[in-house]
Amino acid sequence: MRALLRFRHGVHPPERKERTAALETRRMPYPPEVVLPLRQHAGKPAIPLVKAGDRVERGDKIAAADGYVSVPIHASATGTVAAVGLWPHPDGSYDQAIRIAVEPWSAQAARPRLVPEWRGLSPREIVAAVQEAGVVGLGGAAFPTHVKLSPPKDKRIEALVVNGCECEPYLTTDHRTMADFPDRVLLGVRLMMKCLGVPKALFGIERNKPDAIEAIRRALPGDIDVEVLPLTVKYPQGAEKMLIQALTGREVPSGKLPLDVGVVVQNVASVATIAEVFETGLPLVERIVTVSGNGVRKPANLIVPVGTKLRDLLDACGGLSDDASEIVSGGPMMGVSQRDLETPVSKGTTGILVLTEAEAQRNRTYPCIRCGHCLDACPVFLNPQLLGSLALKARYGEMEPLHLRDCMLCGCCSYVCPSHIPLSQIFAAAKTAIRKAKTTEPAKAPA
Amino acid sequence: MDLGALLLSALTLGTLGLFFGGLIALSHKRLHVWEDPRIDGTVNLLPGTNCGGCGFPGCRAFAEALVGGKAQPAGCTNMGKEQVLAVAGYLGVEAGEARKRVARLLCAGGTHVAIQQARYRGLATCAAAKAVASGGKGCSWGCLGLADCERACSFGAIRMNRFGLPVVEPDKCTACNDCVEACPQDLFTLMPIDWKLIVQCKSALEGEPAEALCKFACTACGKCVLDAAPELIAIRGGLAVVDYGRIGTAAPGATARCPTGAIAWVEGRQVLDREPVAGSVVA
Repeated sequence: MRALLRFRHGVHPPERKERTAALETRRMPYPPEVVLPLRQHAGKPAIPLVKAGDRVERGDKIAAADGYVSVPIHASATGTVAAVGLWPHPDGSYDQAIRIAVEPWSAQAARPRLVPEWRGLSPREIVAAVQEAGVVGLGGAAFPTHVKLSPPKDKRIEALVVNGCECEPYLTTDHRTMADFPDRVLLGVRLMMKCLGVPKALFGIERNKPDAIEAIRRALPGDIDVEVLPLTVKYPQGAEKMLIQALTGREVPSGKLPLDVGVVVQNVASVATIAEVFETGLPLVERIVTVSGNGVRKPANLIVPVGTKLRDLLDACGGLSDDASEIVSGGPMMGVSQRDLETPVSKGTTGILVLTEAEAQRNRTYPCIRCGHCLDACPVFLNPQLLGSLALKARYGEMEPLHLRDCMLCGCCSYVCPSHIPLSQIFAAAKTAIRKAKTTEPAKAPA
Repeated sequence: MDLGALLLSALTLGTLGLFFGGLIALSHKRLHVWEDPRIDGTVNLLPGTNCGGCGFPGCRAFAEALVGGKAQPAGCTNMGKEQVLAVAGYLGVEAGEARKRVARLLCAGGTHVAIQQARYRGLATCAAAKAVASGGKGCSWGCLGLADCERACSFGAIRMNRFGLPVVEPDKCTACNDCVEACPQDLFTLMPIDWKLIVQCKSALEGEPAEALCKFACTACGKCVLDAAPELIAIRGGLAVVDYGRIGTAAPGATARCPTGAIAWVEGRQVLDREPVAGSVVA
């Protein structure tokens, strides 16, 4: 494996991390109510185990995994279940969620270990405990971690890749995780290497986080082979396939997984979470969220109970400024705008950004001038200009042979477009339409 | 210039031309496929819009079905009575009886009754807005009002009203299904025009939360269930659901006590710009 430490194409958006990069993570006070959606992870939604009126303690399992690609959900605060029903979901729809009225005075009571001690467990038992603890990828996609830790037998895995890039502007959760809890991160690396049975771990961190690189390097234990590689600062360096190319020089073929080139990629926040659940014995009930943007008065990196409503989270950060104009869940490149402050933080929420009118930069859209900037930006080498014009004409059938499926909606094309065409939004809509057409075919039947 | 070479090439090419010409003429006779000339004749009488409302993939396929006796002229949803009779006369078959179907919108939540939680200022199509927090409309099931259906309709049957809701003109609607496919919220459904009892809401919320987002939302109060014929309406998933298998028993009285007006008795065109009833309350 030869490290190139970079990938081709991509963009350089302003980083805008300065407001939170140096702020140590701190805990936010418990909100009066938490709302835990049953669908917080990729895969099947969890099945609720509680009903209105039940008393639950922090860490109690309140919803069970439905099958293998699914994880349970645990109460993030002690309290009483107020209702199980529809609630605004971070994706903009309404979905089933468990609402818990929090008892503030007992919310952090110590309790016996719920996750077993990892020493003495076999790799398979660790993986099972990881699922039972509700751990998912905390980089945003929320794919169940235990699935990634149990690759099929016929695939040879050579290395674990730890993703500490955090290439999205504004976000500093991974940065603070590495700087504040390097020992925890490296315990997580050790556990994951044990599960996967790999001899080596490659730790990719963008060069703009020197304190994180320093902290991880200083905490490196002598008995496991972890190589810390500082990477070129470029978006989307944290995308799985880009990271693998930068660290190993290997390209993941279209339609294939990192497994196919012999690596497993884990986000640094997921790695730290694995270590945390085994250290504390408490399942995944909280995560670090960056609250930033010029529209928020006191930006912060907060440890937030999963299910905290945006309203309570923003109140804990001093509230909104007068010129706040848009709230985004996730980073500015791939995040989703939110419309309801009642929406909860889920396991996959990396940050909450409050943008002012000036930051949001809403520009008028002009017709495509075929300049080709989007082709030079696309990290997976698609032709966004052609795909975009096809999508606007609803010619979805012609988009699939042009590898629309490889598009990960990173937003580079939208970012560079001088006509301000919202290409990645168009592709998101096209992907949904194609999925819908596939599930409803054949739609027309003789009357 | 050598005259011989000139002659030779003309002769060679001429012979080749004759040979292949003969081959084509021969194969034209030998491999001829006979097609009923009435198919072409019928295609000329059909509207030629290829809308698919008849259930066949285009007008030619419908013409083949007509000639083959697998369809009746009235199956075309896009022809007037005279045209239907003309086709029937040409083919010497019965015109048949068509059940007029139209696209119905399962939402009455225009901008005057449904709250908007955020302003959507991106690309002005429903599909794109759906990808961003459901376009900012409070009700995540409702009409996004950006006219994807109006653009999809080839017959000019859909027009957005002043409250941002698409109104379907039953006379122009051919039930071609294009709007059904275009709507990212799945709000259109094709139904016979004589099914008059329609629940114009898809919100799965019940009671006050539903009405807080839209004054015309179905709150699942169940009054229509009591007022309608037995088993005609049931409450399922936060909505009143009409069992169209029993539509024969439906009467306008079922809508009388609806506190929000979500369930409507629709004669012809859907009225999507009415004002909310004053003092409407949720029981």
